[in-house]
Amino acid sequence: MVGLLHSIEIALGATCLGLLIGTGGAFGKLYGGPVVRDLLAVYTTIVRAVPELVLILLLYYAGTDLINQALTAMGYQRVDISGLAAGIAVLGFVQGAYSTEVIRGAILAIPQGQIEAARAYGMSPGLMLRRITLPAMLPFAIPGLANLWLIATKDTALLAVVGFYELALATRQAAGVTKAYFTFFFAAAVLYLLLSLVSNFLIGRVEAWSRRGMPSLKEAR
Amino acid sequence: MMAQGAAPALKHTAQDGAAEAIHVENLHKKFGQLHVLKGVSLSARDGEVIAIIGGSGSGKSTLLRCINCLENPTSGIIRVNGEEIKLKADSHGHTVPADRRQIERIRSKLGMVFQNFNLWSHMTLIENVIEVPVHVLGVKRDEAIAQAEKLLVRVGLAEKRDVYPAYLSGGQQQRAAIARALAINPRVMLFDEPTSALDPELVGEVLKVIGDLAREGRTMVLVTHEMKFAREVATHVVYLYNGLVEEEGPPEQIFGAPKSERLKQFIRNIG
Ligand SMILES: Nc1ncnc2c1ncn2[C@@H]1O[C@H](COP(=O)(O)OP(=O)(O)OP(=O)(O)O)[C@@H](O)[C@H]1O
Ligand SMILES: [Mg+2]
Repeated sequence: MVGLLHSIEIALGATCLGLLIGTGGAFGKLYGGPVVRDLLAVYTTIVRAVPELVLILLLYYAGTDLINQALTAMGYQRVDISGLAAGIAVLGFVQGAYSTEVIRGAILAIPQGQIEAARAYGMSPGLMLRRITLPAMLPFAIPGLANLWLIATKDTALLAVVGFYELALATRQAAGVTKAYFTFFFAAAVLYLLLSLVSNFLIGRVEAWSRRGMPSLKEAR
Repeated sequence: MMAQGAAPALKHTAQDGAAEAIHVENLHKKFGQLHVLKGVSLSARDGEVIAIIGGSGSGKSTLLRCINCLENPTSGIIRVNGEEIKLKADSHGHTVPADRRQIERIRSKLGMVFQNFNLWSHMTLIENVIEVPVHVLGVKRDEAIAQAEKLLVRVGLAEKRDVYPAYLSGGQQQRAAIARALAINPRVMLFDEPTSALDPELVGEVLKVIGDLAREGRTMVLVTHEMKFAREVATHVVYLYNGLVEEEGPPEQIFGAPKSERLKQFIRNIG
């Protein structure tokens, strides 16, 4: 149970971080200068090309090591980075690359005229982002982001390799101790499934809300 | 109802001393190699209705879009409300607005109505109408709602206030877009072919709303292909040909006694 909570915690944190990176990344890719665009292209290409497991190992060990080296260099104590923070940071970094592309596509799907109207009425870039661009791109982004969320819930299992106590590791340990492999792994599978079902339900609600201005396809037929 | 032929509508004419709301001088616009506007001048005094006519690709939309800097002019002077738009050259040699805040301030005084309505699809009609007053102009929400309700009554959409744009006909959407423009109490209304995207049977209802505004003395610049309507409501007609003002004058002259051969031919073809 604690394992499940940890999994959800990481997935939530990583998705939020990923959304932040993704929103910034998408805008950078669409409206940024050439340097910003190139950097983002490198980021999304590499992160999406390298297997997640490798990235997690790399970022986790290299990342914590780098931070500690920087800290000692500046004369601070080494810190023990919490597994939770590291897990969120690593998965969020990976999610950010995928979110960038999902959100970029969604922004491109907004009818251009609506952005133009916002400009024509004197909205500042920040206001336009908040009031027009983000809400208008949401219906196009939700399906892709929902996928990312579900993948995030399961990617948490990969963090077991760096010793983070989440659902998969908890299951393996419990199964190892009691030798009741089938029971525990079956229970874990059911938990993952439940998580997905609950997520689907919630995402469906959010999607319906985000599409409030759009006639449903059924009616259009 | 719209005055049809026989009884000419009472046309509001601008006083000679009326202040100049829009002043465009020697405006040039290039898209890369394509020279679209080649030195256009235009002036709209308070209460005037300027109709811009011309063939497809003559630069009508581009001219209108330069006035509120949706397109950056390549060179020339644009004054709105007596305030000259400050332009500068960027690192690529393109002309861009020098002061974003100034552009935003000027834009919030110009009510633009687009060919494709461009209502915000995630907002109901009333939300569309109060959006700019509340979030750009800082009007209190309940005041903005009260005013928006009046405007929706005016364009005949009172009972559609909580409906999303996608559920409305083109004519209704365009009338809502006009209400959105009126909500900022604009110094000048800019219309870019407001009826070109509409089914023929919906054109009348939109022209009626625009005609009422013209008769009330709203200042407007109107790009249109509806020659009969332009003749009825305009105080001044500008005929653009190939990026230049080929001929301009009062509607009686432009439609009744055109001088330029091209304009004669244009009117023959279209009317
Ligand atoms: N963003 C742009 N980039 C490149 N060329 C453009 C752009 N916008 C317009 N043009 C070109 O500029 C010319 C004038 O366009 P504009 O839209 O102003 O014509 P118009 O008079 O409004 O025509 P219409 O009656 O068809 O609307 C056209 O040749 C068009 O292809
Ligand atoms: Mg046009």
